[in-house]
Amino acid sequence: MRSQKDRIIAFLMLLPSLVLLGLFVYGFILQAIGTSMSDWGTSGAPPPLAVNVTKSFVGFDNYRQIMTSLLEYNFRNSLVNTFFFTLFFVAGCLAVGLFLALLLDQNVKAEGLFRTVFLFPMALSFVVTGTIWRWMLQPGGGINTLPTSIGLPPITFGWINSREVAFGFDWGDVPRLLTVIGIAILSILALRFALSGRRRAVMMVGGIAAVLVLLLVTGFWSNIWLPLDDPISEPFIAPKGFNLALIGVVIAAVWQMSGYTMAMFIAGIRGVSEELREASKVDGCNDLEMYRYIILPQLSPIFLSAMIILGHISLKIFDLVFAMAGPDNAQTVVPGLLVYTEGFRENAFAKASAIAVIMLFAVALIIIPYLWSQFRQSSQAER
Amino acid sequence: MAYTPRQWRRYTTRTILYVILIVIMLVFLLPIYLVVVTSLKNPAEINLATAWSLPTTPYWQSFQEVLVAFGPRLRNSVALVIGATALSSIFGSINGYVLSKWRIPGEKILFPLMLFGMFIPYQAILIPLFDFMRGIGLYGGIPGLILIHVIYGLPITTLIFRNFYVDIPDEMLEAASIDGADFFGIYTNVVFPLSIPGFVVVIIWQFTQIWNEFLFGVTMTSNDAQPITVGLAQLAGGQAVSWNLPMAGAIIAALPPLLVYIVLGRYFIRGLLAGSVKG
Repeated sequence: MRSQKDRIIAFLMLLPSLVLLGLFVYGFILQAIGTSMSDWGTSGAPPPLAVNVTKSFVGFDNYRQIMTSLLEYNFRNSLVNTFFFTLFFVAGCLAVGLFLALLLDQNVKAEGLFRTVFLFPMALSFVVTGTIWRWMLQPGGGINTLPTSIGLPPITFGWINSREVAFGFDWGDVPRLLTVIGIAILSILALRFALSGRRRAVMMVGGIAAVLVLLLVTGFWSNIWLPLDDPISEPFIAPKGFNLALIGVVIAAVWQMSGYTMAMFIAGIRGVSEELREASKVDGCNDLEMYRYIILPQLSPIFLSAMIILGHISLKIFDLVFAMAGPDNAQTVVPGLLVYTEGFRENAFAKASAIAVIMLFAVALIIIPYLWSQFRQSSQAER
Repeated sequence: MAYTPRQWRRYTTRTILYVILIVIMLVFLLPIYLVVVTSLKNPAEINLATAWSLPTTPYWQSFQEVLVAFGPRLRNSVALVIGATALSSIFGSINGYVLSKWRIPGEKILFPLMLFGMFIPYQAILIPLFDFMRGIGLYGGIPGLILIHVIYGLPITTLIFRNFYVDIPDEMLEAASIDGADFFGIYTNVVFPLSIPGFVVVIIWQFTQIWNEFLFGVTMTSNDAQPITVGLAQLAGGQAVSWNLPMAGAIIAALPPLLVYIVLGRYFIRGLLAGSVKG
């Protein structure tokens, strides 16, 4: 039998990795939180990289600055951009990925070839993708000239350099808008639970909705969503809404990642047993009904996984935008780029850390529940 | 030969299916065509209106120029990828062995805590990392970058190996331990010989990830240690770009991972799906 001594050796072999990750992940996260509450690089002399640099504690000052100061509108626009980018990127990948997976599920000849082609962009670097698509979407060239080959006028849309803003809204309205969206989603959930007779789930959803409304009514949001310093000028300098210049980035990102989504869906569809399919045929389902009632419901865990994986990628997106639109394009700015420009070009380390901590918070918000549910499932499976 | 209406219906739906698939495939390949065509054109021949036309004569010189422009960056990327991939897969293999076959106190908490490290936005640790690397004197060079990639590669390599080793029957390990094998004996005699497919998946995955990586490359290196992705971004980033160079650069930067994908695609997809933890 395996001895106690070997158990200790096993633990000792794991220890270096644990220590390194402990320092490089958790230690550095704590340090970043500390830096975000200091004035490193945002106070005056001595220069931020000098040996005798002083870092004093300033509390949440950097966070307040990036949320309210007119000069920091880039950060707020980066949040808005991330929201819309995530929305369209995830929706695009799910739609294209599912469509391709369903097509390839029809006993297609040369299925391997199609799959290889749909998935190959995944092997490329985001920098390569960005470089390629920047050329594909060049104003007056690339795909814009394609319609002329069949006699149509060329496309004149500014895929990555449009200055138009759609779905415009006011920054101060965001808490209210988020509450409305949240309640809308919860009502749909409540309706579904009510129809399937799950009374406790309905109560829980109702409880969450009540908390959301309470947060709004009590003015709790004004502690987080601080009022802008200059709400009059901001909409003119930096209007909030969907920057159409992001469309090009969304296209490139969907081109790169929809094959991955397809692979996830294919794995899921293959997991639906042949017997279940046969049974549905025997019960008189046609092909369409089989997909609607047998296969799609079985794919919902994959939808969720794909949404989370794609969502966290889009919250972190950096290199694609860097290569496509450059690090200083105000229309397509994202938080990942700001950490780079503020931190590594301006050496405003405290401000960059505050932005980075907010990024981490957003990612953790979706990844921690995901990891938790994955491990709960697997420990249930072991039992 | 006459078709029944039913056969006709089937025939037309199949045709439509293949037409849709082929059209989508062409759309996916469209950028590749444009890249290859542009990279082979004489810069004087490149203009927006005729971007899609074939080059009159192939102009290979762009590739030579790019290789000069990339300079040592190609070599940097090769050194980086070999060093970091080798180390992170060895560590991952041992971690996976420990976590799947040995009871470690608190592993139910430790393992998810390790995995969290592969999802974080690296921006969140970038500034402390920069500070730390400067402190230990490894900032700016290839060894430092290797260290960074090894550490942040640990979660995914550990995950893939752990899930791989879980399928090795415990009886095989028990048999070896009855024959007197200790911790290392079991690893070298039983686990490692069965690990080859696991190593292939992990090596391919780490190779592509590290080759394609940009954020650490652009923030953690001085000029002479930059990897190829940074070189490409610089090549394409200038204002007055002659597009033959960035396109040739994109091809050179994309070729190694693409070749791996085409030759060993099956293993690549396994690594890809492992990233969603359990799928």
